[in-house]
Amino acid sequence: MDVVNQLRRQFVDYSTSLHREGILDDQFTQLQKLQDENSPDFVVEVASLFFEDCEKLINNMGRALEQQQGVDFKQVDASVHQLKGSSSSIGAMRVKNVCITFRSFCEAQNREGCLRCLQQVIHEFSLLKNKLQTLFRLEQQILTAGGSIPVIE
Amino acid sequence: MGRKLQQSQHQHHSVAVKVNEQMGTKRGYTFIQSNRAWLPKFLLLWVMVMAFISTWIYKKMDADNKVRRKEVLSSMCDQRARMLQDQFCVSVNTVHALAILVSTFLYFKNPSAIDRETFAEYTARTAFERPLLSGVAYAERVVHSEREEFERQHGWTIKTMEREPSPIREEYAPVIFSQETVSYIESLDMMSGEEDQENILRSRATGKAVLTSPFRLLGSHHLGVVLTFPVYKFMLPTRPTAEERIEATAGYLGGAFDVESLVENLLGQLAGNQAILVNVYDITNSSDPLIMYGHQNQDGDLALVHQSKLDFGDPFRKHQMICRYHQKAPTSWTALTTAFLFFVICLLVGYILYGAAIHIVEVEDDFHEMQELKVRAEAADVAKSQFLATVSHEIRTPMNGILGMLALLLDTDLSSTQRDYAQTAQVCGKALITLINEVLDRAKIEAGKLELETVPFNLRSIFDDVLSLFSEKSRNKGVELAVFISDKVPELIIGDPGRFRQIITNLVGNSVKFTERGHIFVKVLLAENEKPVTEVKSENYLNGGPDEGVLISGARHFKTLSGYEAADEQNSWDHFNHLVMEEESRYDASINMEVADKASRGVTLMVSVEDTGIGIPLIAQDRVFMPFMQADSSTSRNYGGTGIGLSITKCLVELMGGHIGFISRPQVGSTFSFTTHFESCKKASYNDTKKPVSEDLPSGFTGLKAIVVDGKPVRAAVTRYHLKRLGILVEFANSVKIAASASRQNGSSCGSKIRPDIILVEKDLWLSGEDGGSSLQMFDGKQNGHVFKLPKVILLATNITSAELEKAKAAGFADTVIMKPMRASMVAACLQQALGIGKKRQPGKLMLNGSPVIQGLLCGKKILVVDDNMVNRRVAAGALKKFGAAVECAESGKAALKLLQLPHCFDACFMDIQMPEMDGFEATRRIRMMESQANERMHGCIKEDSASRGEWHVPILAMTADVIHATSDECLKCGMDGYVSKPFEEENLYQAVAKFFKSNPISVS
Repeated sequence: MDVVNQLRRQFVDYSTSLHREGILDDQFTQLQKLQDENSPDFVVEVASLFFEDCEKLINNMGRALEQQQGVDFKQVDASVHQLKGSSSSIGAMRVKNVCITFRSFCEAQNREGCLRCLQQVIHEFSLLKNKLQTLFRLEQQILTAGGSIPVIE
Repeated sequence: MGRKLQQSQHQHHSVAVKVNEQMGTKRGYTFIQSNRAWLPKFLLLWVMVMAFISTWIYKKMDADNKVRRKEVLSSMCDQRARMLQDQFCVSVNTVHALAILVSTFLYFKNPSAIDRETFAEYTARTAFERPLLSGVAYAERVVHSEREEFERQHGWTIKTMEREPSPIREEYAPVIFSQETVSYIESLDMMSGEEDQENILRSRATGKAVLTSPFRLLGSHHLGVVLTFPVYKFMLPTRPTAEERIEATAGYLGGAFDVESLVENLLGQLAGNQAILVNVYDITNSSDPLIMYGHQNQDGDLALVHQSKLDFGDPFRKHQMICRYHQKAPTSWTALTTAFLFFVICLLVGYILYGAAIHIVEVEDDFHEMQELKVRAEAADVAKSQFLATVSHEIRTPMNGILGMLALLLDTDLSSTQRDYAQTAQVCGKALITLINEVLDRAKIEAGKLELETVPFNLRSIFDDVLSLFSEKSRNKGVELAVFISDKVPELIIGDPGRFRQIITNLVGNSVKFTERGHIFVKVLLAENEKPVTEVKSENYLNGGPDEGVLISGARHFKTLSGYEAADEQNSWDHFNHLVMEEESRYDASINMEVADKASRGVTLMVSVEDTGIGIPLIAQDRVFMPFMQADSSTSRNYGGTGIGLSITKCLVELMGGHIGFISRPQVGSTFSFTTHFESCKKASYNDTKKPVSEDLPSGFTGLKAIVVDGKPVRAAVTRYHLKRLGILVEFANSVKIAASASRQNGSSCGSKIRPDIILVEKDLWLSGEDGGSSLQMFDGKQNGHVFKLPKVILLATNITSAELEKAKAAGFADTVIMKPMRASMVAACLQQALGIGKKRQPGKLMLNGSPVIQGLLCGKKILVVDDNMVNRRVAAGALKKFGAAVECAESGKAALKLLQLPHCFDACFMDIQMPEMDGFEATRRIRMMESQANERMHGCIKEDSASRGEWHVPILAMTADVIHATSDECLKCGMDGYVSKPFEEENLYQAVAKFFKSNPISVS
């Protein structure tokens, strides 16, 4: 039981730190609330969807921005919009914020800015992915230890 | 939001560019402005040109003067010369005549007729003829051979000019006759003087008068010339030669001209003598002119000289008169002054022009500056509005989040303190949202961007809603809240229900806020009814209205809803009764006709909200409708609020084509009344439209009869109004006794009276009345004799304590107490409970806030979620599933269209707006088109089965991240039924969904 409690505390600490650092926002908490007996893997499912989606979009954008001349900013913008929508749905605040800047560069057709933002997005995304995976691992550990996942308000 | 910001930035940029362009075109607008740097140079140039011109003027005038002076001089000089010449000629002529005389009498006559005395006498006597000659003398030609003879004859020797005996010469010319004035030259040999000799020789050769050069005359020491004429011994032949002349010469007549006195005399006779200086010269030898008159070295104006020729008759000698002015030409003051004045005037003119130009430049500069400032101010204004709008939106989004989270928080397990805190936070948040919305509204109205809807709506249900909103508050305060709507007001009207509700909410909210006792009474009438009443009212008011109330009631009770005095007598019973009665009498007879008549026309409603609150201080009454104005600062301290509500209300009323006003008396109350104009709606056309506008009151009460026992007629009328809406016939009774007797009488079927099924008793009356608590036995007593169904006796109360409730129950009242404010639906529910009829449960807003409700709404519903974003789709689906809905997903507008091909079994559709290929708006439009086609077809095929009679209209809700009014307008425009913010919030979702699923829960479950 001690192990479970410790894990639980660790879990709470970890997720509050994620919130504090602005990596996640309340939307993620909302998602966690949506998870119940009927859909026990809801959050993980959504997150992996998000990861897939994100990687695809990042690749798209990278390819589009590789062109030295005639970058199709519309296409990039569409991808960023998608990414922004997904990230706000999942509550990935920092990714979302970068997306907002990214879009303004797209509108200004500023390739340099776009590339810089893309790097930032990639950075934020991998950070988020790492953190979330850690979180999910913790969650798994709690479950295997026979505890219940604490609700974070 | 990123795009929005970008856009606004872009707009700013374009504004700035526009400003620059404007400035660009405005610069260089005038000639003066563009050449401003040249202005001082222009002035300098002007001054120089003017100086030049004035110098020129001076020169010109001066030259004119000189010319005139010269002319004057020459004319004077010529005149003098001519006169001198004339006088001289005259003298010469007389000398000539004398010569002829001498030759005639001395030589032609023999013996000679002239001797020395005769000559002297004659010449003396004729001296007047020769005023210019100092004297005349005659010298005889004596050759040397005849000298001795001659000397002997005359008795003297020939002497030279030096008065010495003449040396021997070839010939002599001794003077033999002389005028007395020159007698001293007698016997002098003229040939001895150089001038005289030359003269003599020349004259005898030419035979004409000859002149000497000027010399000092003997005797007088004046300058003079000697005139010599030859005298011949015999008549000369015509055209004689010089030798012949010399041969014939007998002597010489000479005269001395005293030129000096001659000229002096002459000049003395002429005017202007002083001004000019005259010199006469002998210029025979042109290199050495000899002066005859005047001083050689005299001063005078050497610059201006005039020479006139003199001809004294001797061709050998030449003479000349030279004149000049004594004084130098005086400075021409006229010219100088003229030029100077001209210069000064021009200088002034130039300076004035320069000043004017400078002024123009300054004014234009100021003007440009102002313009720039104006443009900037306008830009700032635009920016302010944009800022306001943006910020409001930006605040609203997180606020929605805060409120949603608070709502969720309240659902969780909380301690009572925590709950209290959370609830407080929620209340505050809601107040903030309301305020922001008001500010936004106000900004929108100011910008003229508020557009009113025109949809059919039920006026009465709106008032019920508003009433229910405030019922809690008013009940807590013990204030009676009531609504009365005239029967003539059509059930359905076309207008903007949301804004109308806002007006009513504002007014009623204000009243509730400021009223601590008494009542709040909302009354809706057709404006035609109102007219005569208003007149009466104003009369009453002038005549000191309040007295009337006191007089009538005696017990300081006014015939208003609650018995308290109201500011406006309109609602007191006298008027009200009159109104209601009139209406009643007309109503039954003509209602159908009238409705039919009015169906096509618009209706003007007169709404008044009367309260018995603190009223508005007289000084504050004229700024009540100004934004952010409350009566005074203490008001906002005591009651809160921003004071923006009334100004919005006024704007809205005016937008609806009406006007708003109020009558208020401090400490008595206020009555706000306004008129609005609506289109009335035909029932027939209403049937075609969507259903949620109708109020669905249970119809189980139609035909029931009721007696309302109430001492206050206004209140009774309100009660009747609500009962009437349920189809219940109503009678009034002033006390329980009368009611009881009425019900008894009905037993013996008195025609006009009704037998009551229900008796409604006002709590105040029951408690205060002399009937006391036991009065209900009267109804019971009747039961024994007859088989009538016992009328239910129900208590009406604003608030009731549990003790009173117990007492009432004991007295025989039904369990249910109808709590005020009354609403038709609420009354219906209470009556159902009391009478035990139509036990259908009304699912409604009884359990607001909270998942159970929303779960109930969504459970079992089949919902389509359309979103291109996989993650979003999954999240939305998860959220909806949690509420028990069956969710299906579509990843594009096209896929959604395919799934929504009719017939389908979806209960609702959540649609993302921004999607590639086909966005949410377009997809919705297509779906609606599809549905309307299907509906038409169905109508064409007649209603074959009434079961599936409902028209196709799947509720479509937009899912959008930015909850802006514009977007929501757009949503409604393209046929959507509402929108939910993304990510989902429970309350928001509930509000949106409740509209569709509340009205037909029975059919689904």
